[in-house]
Amino acid sequence: MALLEIEDLRVRFQTRDGVVRAVEGVSLSLDRGRTLGIVGESGSGKSVTALTVMGLSRLPNATVEGRVLFDGLDLLALPLEELALYRGKRIGMIFQDPMSSLHPLYKVGWQIVEAIRAHEDVSKSAARRRARDALAEVGIPNPSERLDSYPHELSGGMRQRVMIAMALVLDPDVLIADEPTTALDVTVQVQILDLVRRLQAERGAAVLLITHDLGVVAETADEVAVMYAGRVVELGRMETILGAPEHPYTWGLIESLPRLGDARGARLHPIAGQPPSLIHVPSGCPFHPRCPHAFAVCPEVEPPLLPSGPGHVVACHLAPAARRRIGLALRSAATGGSVG
Amino acid sequence: MSVVPLHSVTEPVFSMGEPLVEVRELVKHFPIGRGVLLRRELGRVHAVDGVTLAIAGGEALGLVGETGCGKSTLARLVTRLLEPTSGTVLFDGVDISHRSRRRLRPLRREMQMIFQDPYSSLNPRRTVGAIIGEPLRIQRLGPREGRRRHVQELMARVGLNPEHYNRYPHEFSGGQRQRIGIARALVTTPKLIVADEPVSALDVSIQAQILNLLKDLQADFDLTYLFIAHDLDVVRHVSDRVAVMYLGKIVEVSSGDALYSAPVHPYSEALLSAVAVPDPSARERARDRIVLAGDPPSPVAPPYGCRFHTRCRYATEICSTVEPPLVDHGRGRIAACHHPLNVGS
Repeated sequence: MALLEIEDLRVRFQTRDGVVRAVEGVSLSLDRGRTLGIVGESGSGKSVTALTVMGLSRLPNATVEGRVLFDGLDLLALPLEELALYRGKRIGMIFQDPMSSLHPLYKVGWQIVEAIRAHEDVSKSAARRRARDALAEVGIPNPSERLDSYPHELSGGMRQRVMIAMALVLDPDVLIADEPTTALDVTVQVQILDLVRRLQAERGAAVLLITHDLGVVAETADEVAVMYAGRVVELGRMETILGAPEHPYTWGLIESLPRLGDARGARLHPIAGQPPSLIHVPSGCPFHPRCPHAFAVCPEVEPPLLPSGPGHVVACHLAPAARRRIGLALRSAATGGSVG
Repeated sequence: MSVVPLHSVTEPVFSMGEPLVEVRELVKHFPIGRGVLLRRELGRVHAVDGVTLAIAGGEALGLVGETGCGKSTLARLVTRLLEPTSGTVLFDGVDISHRSRRRLRPLRREMQMIFQDPYSSLNPRRTVGAIIGEPLRIQRLGPREGRRRHVQELMARVGLNPEHYNRYPHEFSGGQRQRIGIARALVTTPKLIVADEPVSALDVSIQAQILNLLKDLQADFDLTYLFIAHDLDVVRHVSDRVAVMYLGKIVEVSSGDALYSAPVHPYSEALLSAVAVPDPSARERARDRIVLAGDPPSPVAPPYGCRFHTRCRYATEICSTVEPPLVDHGRGRIAACHHPLNVGS
């Protein structure tokens, strides 16, 4: 059994405008030492999925169904006080914007010490030593002095390192990283992704990486889940999802990207239309209104996730042979374009 | 190869044709002060520190660089939303460096901006029609009835439904709002559009729609673009030439193809190598990547000599003492470096 198993997760929010179906039957599993990337656009449900694992979507207007098994224990069934024992300690989290996840009025050292002492019965000075070591480990220069810095005194990259240090100081089994490099410059992104990879290799933690950036996925993920309208529409090994994807939405995501190798003046191939409203989700396959390959059955029946190869599942009504043929044609058109 | 002294840089080196925009030795320092009544100056942020650059009419010039390198300040100097500390800004041959607000107004219709955040750059309490038509009203262009038709035609052109003239911004998605911002920028039929991170807040599928639109509009309206973005793939896609900025200075200006295939400046090389490519083989590529250590130095006290020398893997003694001039390296590549890359035979 995997370390983290998400089973048929459904999350709905009651709002003034109607019921928002943020997550609709998501099942994922994550093993020790592996990185699972979840990609999708805004409103795909990728962040809500991660927040729900941490119990952070337990709001008065939310209904959560399904199971989140951590080491066999259902986190969704735990009362908040018990969940708090796992949160931070066994499951760490890094958010996109370190400025809003660090308290602006406390020194970063104090914040890390506080995180340690919330879970472990250690003296302040021992916790402080560990905080300093953690800062050193994530590559912060002069860690002893930096303990006494306030978040605003640090650059964006340094703040994100502090967040990572804080997440890792308790040596969690699972690290959830929600768009960890989105707010950072590319040169800093390189440093942070390097750091996450290295720490994972050293500690064997499982990483759940949520991102909209397929480049980040290519560099860090072992498996990739593509989410659309609260559902996983395709799941497989990173090489499969980026190299030979079979879902029209995944094709669209990849085709939308400008690439450094493109011929100048080449047109991009965006996905038509807008991402769907999660209150009025399209019938059948939720992607059908934007899908250039949709046919009669697509608006009628929601396609189930079915195996299409080893470790590869796809939710699409197109016949597997047709999907492979179209995928291949798209890829050869793309490489032909960049050569010419 | 010829050394071009900064003060005598002229347009043949710096642009492809008759320049629409020319900036020379442009400097913008922001004083850092303390105290309310007796303000003491403690230092200066050297946001833009001697930039010389020209943009030819009809050209799309990309501007890349990391947070704090001064690219947005440069954009606001070019459009004269900020007044330079020193140096000159020429627009269509006219010196606008220190023009008063009132005397700038007639020129404003010629240069417009598109901003990053389609949420904060549109007034939530005005209708879309009023937002797009506002520049016409301020510039007193055209009769009122004509304005409405003009705005609706433009809405259709940028992919908005003209019937949504009386709707409010909150009724639109992020991508649609960016279309509103684009229509507003185009309504006075400007010559120059300065776009500051116009697609970085958008989802990839929507980003591609907007990039295609910007390209089509450039051809249709004969626009000149100064296109600022931190995403190198995006900049490459839109731009004829790309300028790379580091700590208030331009370190390289090269044609898009040349920059991406054979960067001259080590900083350009490092930036390009940092891009995460959505390709299954990216991990191998990541192994020989150039990782720049630490953060860029503070723009309050930029390093002597070449500003990049503190993080440069090719730096030698001369780099910390002598500032390298911008030099023409042929094949449309200009760079300021003592140890230029990819220039030997």
